[in-house]
Amino acid sequence: MCTYSTRRLPLRGSGKGAQGWMAVTDATVYFDHPAHAPAEHTLNIDFLNPSLGPAARVAVELDRDSASLLADAIRELLAAG
Amino acid sequence: MADAMRAETVTLAGDGGDIIEAYFAQPLEAGPRPGMVVIHHMPGYDLQTKEIVRRFAAEGYFAICPNLYSREAPGADPDDAAAAARARGGVPDARLVGDVSGAAAFLRSQPLATGKVGVIGYCSGGRQAFLAACSLPLQAAVDCYGAFVVGTPPDGFPLKVGPLDRLIPQLGCPLLGLFGADDQHPSPEETAELAGLLEKNHKDFRFHTYAGAGHAFFATNRPSYRPEAAMDGWQRIFAFLAETLEG
Repeated sequence: MCTYSTRRLPLRGSGKGAQGWMAVTDATVYFDHPAHAPAEHTLNIDFLNPSLGPAARVAVELDRDSASLLADAIRELLAAG
Repeated sequence: MADAMRAETVTLAGDGGDIIEAYFAQPLEAGPRPGMVVIHHMPGYDLQTKEIVRRFAAEGYFAICPNLYSREAPGADPDDAAAAARARGGVPDARLVGDVSGAAAFLRSQPLATGKVGVIGYCSGGRQAFLAACSLPLQAAVDCYGAFVVGTPPDGFPLKVGPLDRLIPQLGCPLLGLFGADDQHPSPEETAELAGLLEKNHKDFRFHTYAGAGHAFFATNRPSYRPEAAMDGWQRIFAFLAETLEG
């Protein structure tokens, strides 16, 4: 299916993309078709810096279980920290 | 039939006269030819979509795929362009119609064009093919598993799409719909609802739903590929186009 399901959020941090380290200012999170992962749908996250152009992007495509594990790990670490 | 073709990136005037990129394939053998506008899926103007454009040229059509993300990400990799477009809310419907109109005009301007032009789209492009066929003078439309022709997108959904059922009375050409029985968007219930609305409006349409196939069964580079459904689907597409564009 083509879910279109998408969330956008502003954020502050850095990411390492094809051109090296850069500030990231936005993220797009969506459960939809991947570009590369061998699955029909994946949880995709684009960390972006639109001011640097479309290629200023750190992208991941995770299967559903992996995305859940990642989300749990982030919440646990933030709660403990 | 000679099989030589030329395929290349061109530019054309899209919505609002904006110059956008497109991929154009044409058979080299002389002869009057109808045209096909190919609408790429949401992951972008990619290698697989360009293969589809060349396939139509191999079957004797002038074929073109406008890069719907030309404005957001000129020259970017297809996946980066798709990400940039999604982050900005996707392709607005009105702009899509303008870009397809420009692509159809480009095909009709070819010296050997017959003037008949069809449109085909996959995934989000299936919905957009339906939108174009309700908005522009076209002679055939093929919707391959387009979601949200009927039905409402989920809450919190920032992309600029909505149901198109209000446009059904304006559908101006025959419609072929190819769907997977295991798809959830569009689900078999949604395609049945669309079929009912098309019947109610006395539209010329043919729908086929493949058992054992889900979304994107034409996509040869994805695990969703279903060779039997895809091969049968291609046969149905070319039979439909022979009837609607070559008659």
